[in-house]
Amino acid sequence: MTQDAPPPLLKLRDIRKSFGTLDVLKGIDLEVAPGEVVSIIGASGSGKSTFLRSINAIEPADKGRMEFEGWDFDFDRDSRFFPTDRQLQALRSRIGMVFQSYNLWPHKTVLQNVIHAPMGVLGQSRTEATEVADALLDRIGLYDKRDASPLRLSGGQQQRVAIARALAMKPRLMLFDEVTSALDPELVNEVLQLMASLADEGMTMLLVTHEMSFARDVSSRVLFFDQGEIGEEGPPSKVLRAPESPRLQQFLHSILHDDLRTSTAKKGLIQ
Amino acid sequence: MSEFTHDVLVYGPGFLSAAWTVLWLTLVTIGVSWIFGLAAALGQRSDMRAVRSVAAFYVWFIRGTPALIQIFIIYFGMPQVGVRLSPYTAGVLALAINSGAYVTEIIRSGLSAIPAGQTESSLALGFSPRETMRTVILPQVFRIILPSITNEALSTLKNTSLLSTITVVELTLYAQTLISATFRPFDFYIAVAVIYLVLTTILTQLAAFFERRYARLY
Ligand SMILES: Nc1ncnc2c1ncn2[C@@H]1O[C@H](COP(=O)(O)OP(=O)(O)OP(=O)(O)O)[C@@H](O)[C@H]1O
Ligand SMILES: [Mg+2]
Repeated sequence: MTQDAPPPLLKLRDIRKSFGTLDVLKGIDLEVAPGEVVSIIGASGSGKSTFLRSINAIEPADKGRMEFEGWDFDFDRDSRFFPTDRQLQALRSRIGMVFQSYNLWPHKTVLQNVIHAPMGVLGQSRTEATEVADALLDRIGLYDKRDASPLRLSGGQQQRVAIARALAMKPRLMLFDEVTSALDPELVNEVLQLMASLADEGMTMLLVTHEMSFARDVSSRVLFFDQGEIGEEGPPSKVLRAPESPRLQQFLHSILHDDLRTSTAKKGLIQ
Repeated sequence: MSEFTHDVLVYGPGFLSAAWTVLWLTLVTIGVSWIFGLAAALGQRSDMRAVRSVAAFYVWFIRGTPALIQIFIIYFGMPQVGVRLSPYTAGVLALAINSGAYVTEIIRSGLSAIPAGQTESSLALGFSPRETMRTVILPQVFRIILPSITNEALSTLKNTSLLSTITVVELTLYAQTLISATFRPFDFYIAVAVIYLVLTTILTQLAAFFERRYARLY
């Protein structure tokens, strides 16, 4: 690291998590610099989602330390640095999270979805929150849908609203968990483009993805999760182009194979 | 003057006031039963085992015993252990405890119909579990359970007739006093039935109104 490298925004040390006897995270260390975009790839069940969920602590880790925005938490229950409920809520409000299944609230309009947390968590006035929300909805091209029910939107539109909802909290870090996996292929790009533009603007992002081209083009670093550990990490040119471990080679091979299969299937449909 | 007009003029005011009694007893009971039901439904999901057990016992006991016996325990039984309640208080309390157990089950099924992602997205934005329940989950649950909660409200309304047994002057008891003086059971029980029909229809319409309002929102 060069001398004037900024201090990391997020610092994780030895993050561990088990479900019963199943060790899902076996000691993850990670530092993320401000503005960095880190992609996480890995086989199903390797702990990618569990890792993201432990970072914003909707399911806190069992062990490990986390430094973020002046907080220094120890997730060991017995530690006196274990976060209080209020600290956990504050932490979550500073970290945006976007899910595979959008999880918009169907009983609220698009606009209400976006202003709910700024008003309820940050205490913004309705006018203030609406101003921010309108600008965000305008940016994602859905201003004219602000009073519609989210259920009337396409999957891609819903996911963009979910991203806007997270952005309205002005988070320092955004977590994306396979946010395009539930989308029809033709809707994937509108969401990826929005994420790429966020990355361009310097948003710090951690994303779990199966979109290898997106990982290659947008991220500064790629982590390969392998059975609850970081099996390999580095710039995309290295991890995706010149994998070292046989397990990563095998994983990339299977992904490539899937891609080929789906694109052949698509061709079949067109003909 | 026809006999019917005569009857309406003579007995109408009494029926009206008895119907009014039924109406407010029902509304208060429904309100209290929702509180009991919500408390027990949330209790069933508590982290604390003791709380879960109490909630489970409550539902088990109430659903497994007749409403009339529950009313008798509270009105006739409690004085023996030093708690003496007016017929009205005992009546509302007994019916609300009774209906609350059914409301518990209704809310429980409503809660389980809401995907976990709804809670997670709210928690992930920094809301507390309590705020999440209040502003994200319960409004959705309420919409889902509206039809079954309406049915339960209708049961409560009709169950108020059981309170005639503990001297609450509602429609049934009022009719019985008239019958013992006039020996016209057919006329007066039909009158009671008609008034109940009017009340249940009003309640159903009210629920339908809410359902339409919600349907527009979605
Ligand atoms: N709440 C839970 N209770 C029990 N086991 C869980 C729980 N959450 C995850 N697991 C298990 O932990 C392991 C890792 O799950 P995780 O969802 O983190 O994997 P993933 O890498 O995100 O996989 P995918 O690519 O399929 O999303 C899996 O074996 C899963 O079954
Ligand atoms: Mg996952």
